[in-house]
Amino acid sequence: MANNKRRKVTGFINEAACLIFAALAMLVLFLILYYIFQRGIGAINLTFLTSLPTPVGIPGGGIGNALIGSGIMVGLATLLATSIGITAGIFLDQNPQSRLATITRSACRVLTGVPSLIKGLFIFTILVLPTGDYSALAGAIALSVVMIPFITLSSEEMLRTVSVTWREASYALGATKKQTVMMLILPTAAGGLSVAIMLAVALAAGQSAPVLLTALTSQFWLENLMQPTASLPVLVYTYGISPFSDWQQQAWGAALVLVVIILALNVISQLSIAIMNRRRGI
Amino acid sequence: MHKPNGEGFFTYFTAAAAVLILALTGSIFLVVLWGARPAIEAFGLGFLFAAVWDPVRDLYGAVPVIVGTIVTSILAIVIAVPLGVAAAIFLGELAPSWIKKPASFTVELLAAIPSVVYGLWGLFVLVPWIRTGPGQFLESHLGFLPFFQGPSLGVGVLAASLVLAMMILPTITAISREIMRAVPVELREAVFALGSTRWEMIVKVVLPISKVGIMGATLLGLGRALGEAMAVTMVIGNANLIPVSLLSPAQTVASLIVNEFPEAFDLQLSALLLLGLTLFTITFLVNVAAVWLVNRTSYRLKNQGGAVNGKQ
Repeated sequence: MANNKRRKVTGFINEAACLIFAALAMLVLFLILYYIFQRGIGAINLTFLTSLPTPVGIPGGGIGNALIGSGIMVGLATLLATSIGITAGIFLDQNPQSRLATITRSACRVLTGVPSLIKGLFIFTILVLPTGDYSALAGAIALSVVMIPFITLSSEEMLRTVSVTWREASYALGATKKQTVMMLILPTAAGGLSVAIMLAVALAAGQSAPVLLTALTSQFWLENLMQPTASLPVLVYTYGISPFSDWQQQAWGAALVLVVIILALNVISQLSIAIMNRRRGI
Repeated sequence: MHKPNGEGFFTYFTAAAAVLILALTGSIFLVVLWGARPAIEAFGLGFLFAAVWDPVRDLYGAVPVIVGTIVTSILAIVIAVPLGVAAAIFLGELAPSWIKKPASFTVELLAAIPSVVYGLWGLFVLVPWIRTGPGQFLESHLGFLPFFQGPSLGVGVLAASLVLAMMILPTITAISREIMRAVPVELREAVFALGSTRWEMIVKVVLPISKVGIMGATLLGLGRALGEAMAVTMVIGNANLIPVSLLSPAQTVASLIVNEFPEAFDLQLSALLLLGLTLFTITFLVNVAAVWLVNRTSYRLKNQGGAVNGKQ
């Protein structure tokens, strides 16, 4: 009997250890969020969000051009990556067993794991190196390379949720493959696809290395796509490692803006998924 | 048979997107290789074995940064895997259902925080803490040992490994939890029926079956740690030396590229691209292995049901 008691105690101790480790992991998140809010909130006001950076020591500098630069690059990248990614997702969903689909799926998984820095080096070598010019366009294309494998895999997953019965009903009515995809599958999966896109936007918005290597940074407003541009993540990096306390303060402010945008996209996505699942009765 | 209008075109059009992705994957390697040609011609294989990185004399070797990359990533794995697997056991097996969902979501949110934010936090919160706390302790009490020699600057191998560990923890936790959840209920019930406790069920059934998948999750985390750029750059101290202690400043492949790339040209640029190519090759292999391991586990669990104990 003493043996049984020991087994129970062992179980209890180990389970408690697991609880503590899980709590520790969550504590890390709260610690990070706490510091970002505590140090960042003081930097944020309207001028900060809408004006150009100022030289060190001159008050009133802001992240306006970085917000615009990030917005434009992420926007363009989303357009590009969504069109390629969802089209490929349709192929994977329509021909799931084909050899091309299997290879593409593996390529996407591996591509997801390739460091985004390398994707930046790739775009740098084909777009920046020949012309010698860093540009917002190159930044956008680098971000789209980061997004494409993610959107492809998640859109396939979302298209898969449209049930076989529905598809068969559509074919039974004489619809072609194209009609079934365009008029049944895509509209039905629209909610899921928007979630996939939102998560991809959140992923791209936080990328700093690929943007630094392709769009560099800038102190001015973005006037055309062939210029270097400032962006939020790169600004957090350059200001963060600078030795000036007012720039460091602005780095915390910019980090707060970035984190709020990204976490909001993630929370909205999770809520939408929960609502869609409930509607489908899962 | 006659195909309806545009039907063949539709399939070809969507297939073209898939082919484009394959071309993209292949061209990343080829393009970076092309950019690295001058460095390959200048140094050849010796690049991988030379211990000097000196832009002033135009001499480039990969040893210091490769050692830095491997040391920080392995340390991060050593810290994050036990924590991550324990957290996954709690989130997947032990927690009451009303905690499971929100807690798992919280951990997944950690993965969404951009690396530059981890870097900023590391630089201003973790680094000062290491400098005065654990770093100071190591320097003054264990400084006579080879791997703990000071001075305690705060930035360095220890800071980089801790930040990396924080960053890969959610990946490892989330994937391990998914893999453990796939262990069939019948097996669990069978062990309970033999009179085991919940913990014995976890140790004797869930963990052995999930072992391969957890290794896959570990490799995915390793891949992420090896290639992580910004967060490491901000806390590692950026010294192109082979690290000799937890407290020494060092450099990883990714952090060196971030540091020197914007001002590099000619041979230095090409040497950085060659480093990038090396990193790409390493992470590519790690990821192929990881994807294979994770797929194998979930495939076996899905398709062989009860026969998962290696017998098929």
